[in-house]
Amino acid sequence: MHKYILRRLLLLIPVMLGVAFIVFTMMYFTPGDPAAIMLGEAASEHDVERLREEMGLDRPFIVQFSTYIKNLVVHQDIGRSYQSKKPVVTAILERFPTTLKLAALGVLVAVLLGIPTGIISATKQYSIFDSASMVAALLGVSMPNFWQGLMSIIVFSVWLGWLPSSGFSTPMHMILPALTIGTSSAAIITRMTRSSMLEVIRQDYIRTARAKGQKEFIVITRHALKNALIPVLTVVGLQFGYLLGGAVLTETIFSIPGVGRLMVDAIKQRDFPIVQGGVLFLAITFSFMNLLIDILYAFVDPRIKSQYK
Amino acid sequence: MNKQGQKRGPWREVWRRLKQNKAAMVGLAIILILVFSAIFADFIAPYGYDDQDLKARLQGPSMQHFLGTDNFGRDILSRIIYGSRVSLQVGFIAVGIAIAVGGTLGAISGYYGKRLDNVIMRLMDVLLAIPGILLAISIVAALGSGLQNVMIAVGIGSIPGYARIVRSSVLTIREQEFIEAARAVGASDFRIITKHIIPNALAPIIVQSTLGVAGAILSAAGLSFIGLGFQPPTPEWGAMLSTGRNFIRDHWHMTAFPGLAIMITIFGLNLLGDGLRDALDPRLKN
Repeated sequence: MHKYILRRLLLLIPVMLGVAFIVFTMMYFTPGDPAAIMLGEAASEHDVERLREEMGLDRPFIVQFSTYIKNLVVHQDIGRSYQSKKPVVTAILERFPTTLKLAALGVLVAVLLGIPTGIISATKQYSIFDSASMVAALLGVSMPNFWQGLMSIIVFSVWLGWLPSSGFSTPMHMILPALTIGTSSAAIITRMTRSSMLEVIRQDYIRTARAKGQKEFIVITRHALKNALIPVLTVVGLQFGYLLGGAVLTETIFSIPGVGRLMVDAIKQRDFPIVQGGVLFLAITFSFMNLLIDILYAFVDPRIKSQYK
Repeated sequence: MNKQGQKRGPWREVWRRLKQNKAAMVGLAIILILVFSAIFADFIAPYGYDDQDLKARLQGPSMQHFLGTDNFGRDILSRIIYGSRVSLQVGFIAVGIAIAVGGTLGAISGYYGKRLDNVIMRLMDVLLAIPGILLAISIVAALGSGLQNVMIAVGIGSIPGYARIVRSSVLTIREQEFIEAARAVGASDFRIITKHIIPNALAPIIVQSTLGVAGAILSAAGLSFIGLGFQPPTPEWGAMLSTGRNFIRDHWHMTAFPGLAIMITIFGLNLLGDGLRDALDPRLKN
């Protein structure tokens, strides 16, 4: 098992280098001279040229990329913001807890809504509840979350005045963003839980449990759930990763000061180190999350664990 | 005749099963209506997408303007109808790019295997490590906004999915006897891939692409919503939502209807995609 974890960690290194390469290349070929952007329109050509040399922008692509990677690995330095002049890592780390909190709340909403609905749907297959929840899940997957966010602002903030429409400071502020970011994941988890549960409850050991007179509630919660939730766990993990990326839209709607909003503002201000750093940082987090889920998966499912021994 | 009948058999069977699935038929109907309104927008839309009537700014739904007007007095229904052109175009072309590039890479990867497979699949791992919307955002940030760049950005993000699907289909089909027979009679690799392997790997690609068009439309709308996609006066649903956001307190209709159009489209594609999956799934055949 340790070997497996180590191997997966080592495999992450080339993937992360690849991500850094892609992100760096994209920003390298983006039109616009970073030195000119930093100095503003009033700067003389001479000053711009001097800053270009200072920043190493006159060097060949491969040299610039190697320097970027070296600074990233050795000093955890991925440049400074053109606008605020702050180190990119600091700017991102300041905002990251908010994004993480938003994604975590989204997952919480998704799990609390999705798993029970999926279980009930499966145990009452073809009932009205099942049909209704499947239609709701399909609508949940089809609804753009940014539209859902705006509609919830119209209803709960503008019309009813129950909840605030922007910010993320108090639990009341967090309700609408969490529901907005979590709904489509809830729908995905509902569908996954239902199909996984349906597969499990048709198995022989469940029939055996029922045959020996076990109560239905115990059969479902003790016997079926344990196995049915294993594939759901993967989906939950994947959703957490997606929500980190999807936070861009939710943060924009509710004016939440997270990494996603930072990146969108940075794109508009052509502050490329921030964009580069944001994508890299979220991709690393996403990959670690996937790795963590795979490891967790092996822990909860002895059949998988035995493969890595 | 018999030979032709045999050849068309499996697809007829798929169609027969699809027809029995009511939800899938609803999905298909939604998509057909959308395609129809995209093609005939000039005849169906009551006004032009950029016809401004400044005296009728920000009006709610009425008999003159069924879904109301926007901040320039443009008819929202007409803009939604014209917007279906943009959204469907983005959806289909982005998925087309993803299938062309991803499918080719997957086919090469699965067919030749070994080192080439390793290189291509690691490249796909790198793309998969970046959440889709972030990849699209950074590509649009680099290339600039506009229809073409949005299609490329959304398309690139979907490449790994198709590469993986085609690769795994090829890996299964590659070992079958009819491929060995084709090789034995001297067919070239290109012919084997295009004439034998790809037609046999079509089923999962069709399902994935139906759902993929939905995802692409959603991503493009998302990009426009944060101001990185289409620019005014393009009647794009995401961009309309983004404008509507500025008037959200007093003019809900500007936000509600374009979003509803996105939702109905995605809903239709999802229904059709799910139906196709069931119809094409060999496990459900009998």
